[in-house]
Amino acid sequence: MKVLAIASIGGHWVQLLRLKPAFKDSELVFMSTKQSFADTVKGFEFHCIPDSNRWNKFDLIKTFVSVYRKIKVIKPDVIITTGAAPGLMGVIIGRLMGCKTIWVDSIANVQKLSLSGRIAIRFANKIYTQWPDLASGKIIYNGKVIS
Amino acid sequence: MIFVTIGTQEPFDRLIKAMDEIAESFPEVEIIAQIAKSNYHPSNIKTLDFMTPIEFNEHFSKAKLIVSHAGMGTIISALQQEKPIVVIPRLTKFKEHRNEHQLATAKKFDELNYIHVAYDITELKKIVLSTYYHNLKPLYKLGPYAADSLISSIGTYITSL
Repeated sequence: MKVLAIASIGGHWVQLLRLKPAFKDSELVFMSTKQSFADTVKGFEFHCIPDSNRWNKFDLIKTFVSVYRKIKVIKPDVIITTGAAPGLMGVIIGRLMGCKTIWVDSIANVQKLSLSGRIAIRFANKIYTQWPDLASGKIIYNGKVIS
Repeated sequence: MIFVTIGTQEPFDRLIKAMDEIAESFPEVEIIAQIAKSNYHPSNIKTLDFMTPIEFNEHFSKAKLIVSHAGMGTIISALQQEKPIVVIPRLTKFKEHRNEHQLATAKKFDELNYIHVAYDITELKKIVLSTYYHNLKPLYKLGPYAADSLISSIGTYITSL
């Protein structure tokens, strides 16, 4: 199984790395928004994409094109992300290309799912929240990235 | 040394100014701050712009105390490295963030008693100085990975495909 794990730098990335044991039987490839973060996953294939957020439409398009091109080359079976915008694009593109996709909403979202998470509900095969009171229907709670 | 970090998004001048004032009143306290995009220019503390994760970790591990915005990356790293941490949430009323989620996150982790939270500058200065001088222990220790239940749920799903 080839797993592509995507997260923006900062808290999203820290949370993604804490899920690593879940991929121990898979071929793991990482994607983030700053090249220097390759140093935190030495020994793994790492792809850098331009960062963007929903406030800048032009950057969003640049990121989307970059994520699309990379996924076409990487050809993962599974895409997993802890957010934010670039991870959501990974989930959408992945789903359209026939990958299985997993969204793990950031632990920072304690009152409601992030906006990206709410969009991801429509595309991801699996949606996790990290707070039991936010679980409902397709949104499941199975513990946190911290323990 | 106190390591101050504001994350990568927006300026957090309220925090940097407060730490600068602490350094002015207590010159024996060494303060190093990561201040991407700050508008306030402190004169009593050492500042650095964006650091690579390796440089960031070096400062982080040397610090006796971490002071930061309520960003999950910093909070998790501090709990994992057993560093005492004081967080002050970014607030929309000061245009420090676009929404109030840092306040909600800080409150939740405060309730769980994982971290020290300051809700304003006066409280921040008080907690920082008492934590620094009384060598307070971190409130909670994290393991390196997510909860077993989450890891096995994701792992099982992937192997089932």
